[in-house]
Amino acid sequence: MKKIIFFLLILTVFSCQSKSNDHLNKHSVTIAGSTSVMPFTEKLAEYFMIGNPTFVVNVQAGGSTAGIQATINKTVAIGMSSRELKEDEKILKEIPICYDGIAIVVNPKNPINNLSLKEVQDIFSGKIRNWKDLGWIDRNIDAVTREEGSGTRGAFEELVMKKTEISDAIMVQDSNGSVKEMVVTDPYAIGYISLGMVDNKVKALAIDNHPPTIENIKNKSYKIVRPFLYLINGDPSDDAKKFINYVLSKEGQQILKKEGLIPVND
Amino acid sequence: MIDRALKIDKYIRIILLIFALSSLLFLFLIFIFILIEGLPLFFKVGVKNIVLGYKWAPTKGHFGIFPMIVSSFLVTFGALIVGGPIGLACATYLAEYAGKKRKLFLKPALELLAGIPSVVYGFLGVIYIVPIIRETLGGSGFSLLTSSIILGIMILPTVISITYDSLMSVPKSYREGALAMGATKWQTIWRVVIPTAKSGIMAGFILGMGRAIGETMAVIMVAGNALKIPSSLLDPLRTLTSNIALELAYATGEHRKALFSTGVVLLIIIMILNYLANFVFRKKVIK
Amino acid sequence: MKFNPKTINKLVKVSLNIQAIFTVFILVAIVLIIFIKGIRHFNLEFILGYPEDMGRHGGIFPAIIGTIFLVVLSLAFATPLGLGTAIYLTEYTKETTFTKIIRFGVESLAGIPSILYGLFGFIFFVIKLKMGWSLLAGALTMAIMILPTIIRTSEEAIKSVPKNLRMVSFSLGATKWETVTKVVLPSSAPGILTGIMLSIGRAVGETAAVIFTMGSSLRLPTSLSDSGRTMAVHFYILAREGISMEMAYSTALVLVLSILFINIMAYYLMNKFISKYS
Repeated sequence: MKKIIFFLLILTVFSCQSKSNDHLNKHSVTIAGSTSVMPFTEKLAEYFMIGNPTFVVNVQAGGSTAGIQATINKTVAIGMSSRELKEDEKILKEIPICYDGIAIVVNPKNPINNLSLKEVQDIFSGKIRNWKDLGWIDRNIDAVTREEGSGTRGAFEELVMKKTEISDAIMVQDSNGSVKEMVVTDPYAIGYISLGMVDNKVKALAIDNHPPTIENIKNKSYKIVRPFLYLINGDPSDDAKKFINYVLSKEGQQILKKEGLIPVND
Repeated sequence: MIDRALKIDKYIRIILLIFALSSLLFLFLIFIFILIEGLPLFFKVGVKNIVLGYKWAPTKGHFGIFPMIVSSFLVTFGALIVGGPIGLACATYLAEYAGKKRKLFLKPALELLAGIPSVVYGFLGVIYIVPIIRETLGGSGFSLLTSSIILGIMILPTVISITYDSLMSVPKSYREGALAMGATKWQTIWRVVIPTAKSGIMAGFILGMGRAIGETMAVIMVAGNALKIPSSLLDPLRTLTSNIALELAYATGEHRKALFSTGVVLLIIIMILNYLANFVFRKKVIK
Repeated sequence: MKFNPKTINKLVKVSLNIQAIFTVFILVAIVLIIFIKGIRHFNLEFILGYPEDMGRHGGIFPAIIGTIFLVVLSLAFATPLGLGTAIYLTEYTKETTFTKIIRFGVESLAGIPSILYGLFGFIFFVIKLKMGWSLLAGALTMAIMILPTIIRTSEEAIKSVPKNLRMVSFSLGATKWETVTKVVLPSSAPGILTGIMLSIGRAVGETAAVIFTMGSSLRLPTSLSDSGRTMAVHFYILAREGISMEMAYSTALVLVLSILFINIMAYYLMNKFISKYS
């Protein structure tokens, strides 16, 4: 019995605490959605909170679709999406915060620097299965794609695969990071990730001789590009507005640019 | 005074009864909510198209999870092949050969093996086993083989502890009888102890299978998660559990419902396994 | 050709020995690898610091607190329920079809894989009860998950309390409840605590069920409705997303050390308990 009372006490303490804290953290913004947009939002939030110490910005991953749903249900103030909205989701307002290229990445040990869009398509549809066919060694290609429902996969299917389908023999990972990690550790792997995630651990391939650089994305010669969106349902709260304004400000856009993304008003 | 105490006793009895019923309530809730979300799709698309369907593209209206059912069983049997014999050997060693001192050290050590989080197993699998398999045997390393090895290690504690208990429950007189007839220790174990403990050992293996088929995070990390049924030990594969965990975060609408349908199938498989283990166990008790 | 049974006997002994050593070797290797690779960043700053840059730098304080909150809360729900169930089953009723049904329920709960708990917690607590990804949703899900462990170990512990202790208490005029709280529970406390320890171990190491109910926010959870990360989830994300292998190892070190500690405590209590009654 004592134990039960003890635990009830703890519970009460907890719930009191929760109340008092809600009161203290009056300025809080919850953001959820695309795992592609999340790391950058996290970074923006970090800088934002340095300048605004009374603010708490909660950033949750979960995926574009989940973020869109959460915004529609108003469980979060701002949704993040790395794909365009579908017809029935159009009740939300889209705020593009930047553009992102999708980079086709291989291990740095791989000597190939350039593929045609068609070759990328053939790799992922399972037509090309051996690196030999692309002029490297006789070794199976360990291609890795994103899971069904992912915004990056959606954009990749639309921009690269077009009418063809991704083969069911291709490996699947559930985030940009895990695709990248596979390419980092496996010399024979190929995958696609957000350009902002590319660093010296992986090699981003040129597509049809256009390397995925900011210039090439701006002049539209590199074609695998999608917008990163913030989504709001109706009028945003003042707190949410303040954060969005910060992201669209010069400072915010500069942070995104430094991360390898393309600012909106450039 | 006494009356009051007795009255309190009565109330407490009722409260405790309610507590005891809570487990049933939770079980009921879990079933109901997974079924509510998962069953409608079976009626809409047809059981056959889901359970025997080959194509999984839930955002485009294909909900076949047959390859994942097959993969789940493949990886479970793989785990059993890796973990079963070693588990039985360890249990036999513990029960028949190990001295008291060693036992005192080995038992908790094996229990600790069970306590290590599954994500740690998965992580070490990715770092150490995947590259070895890629370099020596080929393929990407994310494969049926890697998953079987990792799961095989993970089910060891389950297999060992239940097998050990059943070996220990074989009466001493059986062993003494065999030894008295001139059998060696191993002959005694092989011909007398293990056959007597057979059903307990079976139950240990089945529960090990239950653990393997239900494991999620470690498998996601090492299995490669391709949708195809693996045609060799070195091919990647996707199990029922990983299918749910990979896609749940992103899924909405029918896609999410399809993941619950996957959950329904998993739930049924697990229930059958548990029932089997119980059945085998009970048979032993009656005997 | 037939081998001499005695030779086979010896060979078998050696082979079994090797397999047992192999199993222990795996355990030692896992702990050693994590220790050696994780020790570098393992310091007070790591334990008490906040993560920076998604966990690439800094510490894991919010994840530690998230883990503790989850464990304490889920125990707060599960212990009264589990202990109550165990007391009811052992002290207040005889073996009937009804108790068999309850036992069946407990066994079935124990057999359900964690991802299905995750699915259930997600649809029931997070979505239907509108808790969102939160500490509360995670703790409730975890409470149901650890309930069978608590029930089973408590039941074993209570059963092993000698009958005559109860008889003495009854003969002194104590009611059933007084006997339970003043005689049975104190003598079975170490056994019950073992069960609680084992449940803590399970909750600390769990990922699949937690990630879909408690979410994965890196912030320090300050209320029941906040999302948070446990150490296991943090480790999973660090390792899987390749954010920082060094940090992953150090997180794993904290994780494994806490689980080792908890398990050793559980084992110690159990031994104490066993030696008391046998």
